[in-house]
Amino acid sequence: MSAVEDVVTEAPAVEAVPKRAMTLGLGTSLVVLAALVIAPIFVKNFIIFQMTMLLIYGLAVLALNILTGGSGQFSLGQSAFYAVGAYTSAILMEHANMNYALTLPIAGIVCFAFGYLFGKPALRLSGVYLALATFALATAMPQLLKLGFFEHWTGGVQGLVVTKPDAPFGLKMSQDMWLYYFTLVISIGIYIASINLLRSRSGRAFMAIRDNEIAASAMGVNVALYKTLAFGVSAGITGVAGGLGAIAVQFVAPDGYTILLAISLFLGMVVGGVGWLPGSLVGSAFIIFVPNIAEGISKGLSGAVFGVLLFLVIFLVPHGARQVAMVAQQLLGKMIKK
Amino acid sequence: MLSRQATRSAAFSTALIATLAISGSAFAQKKYDTGASDTEIKIGNIMPYSGPASSYGLIGKTEEAYFKMINDQGGINGRKINFITYDDGYSPPKAVEQVRKLVESDEVLLVFNPLGTPSNSAIQKYLNSKKIPQLFVATGATKWNDAKDFPWTIGWQPSYQSEAQIYAKFLMKEKPDAKIAILYQNDDFGKDYLKGTKDGLGAKASQIVLEESYEVSEPTIDSHIVKIKAANPDVLLIYTTPKFGAQTIKKTAELNWKPLQIITNVSASVGSVMQPAGFENAQGVLSAAYAKDGADSQWDNDPGMKKWSAFLDKYMPGANKTDGNLVYGYGVAQTLVKVLQMCGDDLTRANVMKQAASLKDFEPDTLLPGVKINTSATDFAPISQLQMQRFKGEKWELFGPIISGDVNTN
Amino acid sequence: MELFTNQVLAGIATGAIYACMALAVVMIYQAIDHLNFAQGEMAMFSTFLSWQMMQWGVPYWGAFVLTLILSFAGGILIERLLFKPLAKAPVLTNVAGFIALYGIINSFAGLIWDFTIKQYPTPFGSSPFLGSQLISTHQAGMIGVTVLLLILLFIFFQYTRIGLAMRAAAALPESARLVGINTSWMIALGWGMAAAIGSIAGMLIAPVVFLEPNMMLGVLIYGFAAAVLGGLTSPLGAVIGGFLVGVFENLAGTYIPGVGNELKLPIALALIITVLVFKPAGLFGRPIVKRV
Repeated sequence: MSAVEDVVTEAPAVEAVPKRAMTLGLGTSLVVLAALVIAPIFVKNFIIFQMTMLLIYGLAVLALNILTGGSGQFSLGQSAFYAVGAYTSAILMEHANMNYALTLPIAGIVCFAFGYLFGKPALRLSGVYLALATFALATAMPQLLKLGFFEHWTGGVQGLVVTKPDAPFGLKMSQDMWLYYFTLVISIGIYIASINLLRSRSGRAFMAIRDNEIAASAMGVNVALYKTLAFGVSAGITGVAGGLGAIAVQFVAPDGYTILLAISLFLGMVVGGVGWLPGSLVGSAFIIFVPNIAEGISKGLSGAVFGVLLFLVIFLVPHGARQVAMVAQQLLGKMIKK
Repeated sequence: MLSRQATRSAAFSTALIATLAISGSAFAQKKYDTGASDTEIKIGNIMPYSGPASSYGLIGKTEEAYFKMINDQGGINGRKINFITYDDGYSPPKAVEQVRKLVESDEVLLVFNPLGTPSNSAIQKYLNSKKIPQLFVATGATKWNDAKDFPWTIGWQPSYQSEAQIYAKFLMKEKPDAKIAILYQNDDFGKDYLKGTKDGLGAKASQIVLEESYEVSEPTIDSHIVKIKAANPDVLLIYTTPKFGAQTIKKTAELNWKPLQIITNVSASVGSVMQPAGFENAQGVLSAAYAKDGADSQWDNDPGMKKWSAFLDKYMPGANKTDGNLVYGYGVAQTLVKVLQMCGDDLTRANVMKQAASLKDFEPDTLLPGVKINTSATDFAPISQLQMQRFKGEKWELFGPIISGDVNTN
Repeated sequence: MELFTNQVLAGIATGAIYACMALAVVMIYQAIDHLNFAQGEMAMFSTFLSWQMMQWGVPYWGAFVLTLILSFAGGILIERLLFKPLAKAPVLTNVAGFIALYGIINSFAGLIWDFTIKQYPTPFGSSPFLGSQLISTHQAGMIGVTVLLLILLFIFFQYTRIGLAMRAAAALPESARLVGINTSWMIALGWGMAAAIGSIAGMLIAPVVFLEPNMMLGVLIYGFAAAVLGGLTSPLGAVIGGFLVGVFENLAGTYIPGVGNELKLPIALALIITVLVFKPAGLFGRPIVKRV
């Protein structure tokens, strides 16, 4: 309104998380891992399916966490990358008869390229503007997928049905269980790689940009390169998650990848704790199970119950599961000292 | 004397038959699959109670209330219906999760009336491979009538394509030289109508001067109407959901433009389309119907609709009777109850499917007089009859014969 | 040519809807430095309140004024109850709060008033405006109200003490506190005003798109886009942005061959992003200079 330019001392949108606080201790990690490996043996196939989805959404939340928690860039467009990954896998499997496992790296690479290219113009945007740009991407994606031009490959509005793989090597294992362990191995691989990435030189560059972009560039960090790289990596992991999701659900259609998915993934990140990678699994559990709890409480008001539960969580632990873990760790530390 | 004896012997033989019948059923093997027992039948369902399509959630609530009424009346052959319904938010991945929960955790006998083409496409392969009936799906896509490839999936309402073909045939007969414009929603629903129209017109498809699509996310479709008007067609086919149907009728009236308008059955509701659009604007609009309209005064004294109304008063007090979903939910729930009654004591999944495919001239309370449900081992399209109607005053006037418009996938 | 003129006129008429919503978006951005995802739902709920009052026999303008007051109070109440406790929480947690609020309001509206569309009256009538059938008197009235709101907001922010205090509180909270401004209440006031402006937007939009719980979903996306295009700090920019988006979208849908019609919204959004790449603060926004 006034001609005077405002001078703003802007606090960074994402708070600084020290990199050691981004992971779990080795002991805790092994306990969680053991639980994830053993649990499926004792439960029904349907629960195994849910656990598979838990890992898949966990991967997608992790990817967003690298982007936002790592490099400080905000995205409401993760559903677009997820969709591209899912369709890449589905199309390769159904039209090119490619083995499902081979389609995943391709989905990852395609999405990496897509994310990297998207990151280029998005470089000039930050905060709310970046949110709008990614939001635009998420709203545009379902419309692009059903475009008549691509219909031959995408199945248009009807979507594509995907065949679920059997366990290989004649293993006596249900399809669901095989897919679960397959997903688990990939998830662990990506999780370890992500931690190493954040601990590496690139990870330090991401975090320097997150905490203070100008200072980072003054220190000689190539801000443009690392910001677009963060977009690429995040999109690539999301793409692999999307591909796995397509195989687990056995179906892709534009309606599965709306803005609601992007919002869910965002909520998963907040609930899990921004910048805390293990929290991704907690966040993923929140977005899968809390809607089920909400509808159990009231069908007509499931949206409202979900909202109230979400408010409860952010009131109690505004920093998400990370906060819980920190407090627990402190308590545990005290107890051991005594 | 003679007459008394005759009466007595008649009474005797009746008693004999009754005894035989009872003992017959007592000896007959009671057969159950997972989800059915002597006391209850578990029915699973998914509905979009939340998310963009939450308006359809009312169908699930109506079905729940209907089964409660059936249970209050003693259930089906003494068994109570246990109706388990989950929210899928109109998202295919969530639909798969919820249906697997129904089948593997709640162990339902069958999945009834899941809503939406994307959700049903996502679960169809799973249910067919597990041999679980996907009964009376709530979508009008043509692909549900495919008994050969998907013997466990059956539709209910007339398919979108067959309805569109009826409009096409009507136009070829009544307005053979018409210039036709089509406004359709850019999704499976709109595209099915588009295809049906083109198939129906056949060689005359060249008379379509404009095919205009819109997205559900658009707040208004004014711009599309302006564009269509510029192409100057004399027939406008409105293949939209209710909100956009009402907008179209209102906008064309505001533009003082009066083409012949045909609106899809989905958006022909008196209470939620014609009235908001303005009765004065809706005069002369055409459509086709298979069910009665709760807001249409012509059915006030109809015995079927009186039953429907009494049901709502008792089991869904406060419900907005102009909402077409209440009529839909009642009709489809009644069809399921009919099938389960026909199953008798053989409540296996195979028998449910067999009975669902053996409906003969069944007339639920809410269907138009003359519209009957017929299925067979090769015909998985229960309702395939419609009647044309014209909007006049404050209600629809039916005209012409009842038209059958089966479209087979194969 | 006639089609072109008609599409531009129709675009302006639709643009008025976006402009109205964009004003409410700018208002809340001025107060809390963020976009509120629940803004559209708040507007929808207000509109339902006024509709309910009219069903009970309150005349239009009575319901209009009552709704304004209720929405203003409701906005303040939401801030005090739900977002003041989150003031110290990270920004992203606040965004999650907006999403939660969205779910709560939408779900309650659906339960109370169900999902069938409802006719909503207009005080301006819907006859052709100045002989043009493309712009009805209602749409002309809507443009008039938007411009009036714009002038009022301008005066408020530029010439009243409280308006200036609010801008100060949003721009430099610490310094504002030092000169004695109660920044916490300024935020609450911003919520109240945004809710009130939103309710006006809702009541003007409802006669065109019909009243139902999901009516603002699409409108909000366009409102955001318009506000961002015009510049989130400038009410004038937001209004102009609204009209530009409305017109451009129509022209893209009509004249870009092949995909234009199917991809109206993505094309409009892509254009906005292109503009942002060159003018990151929007067409009329103040460039932000960071102090390191």
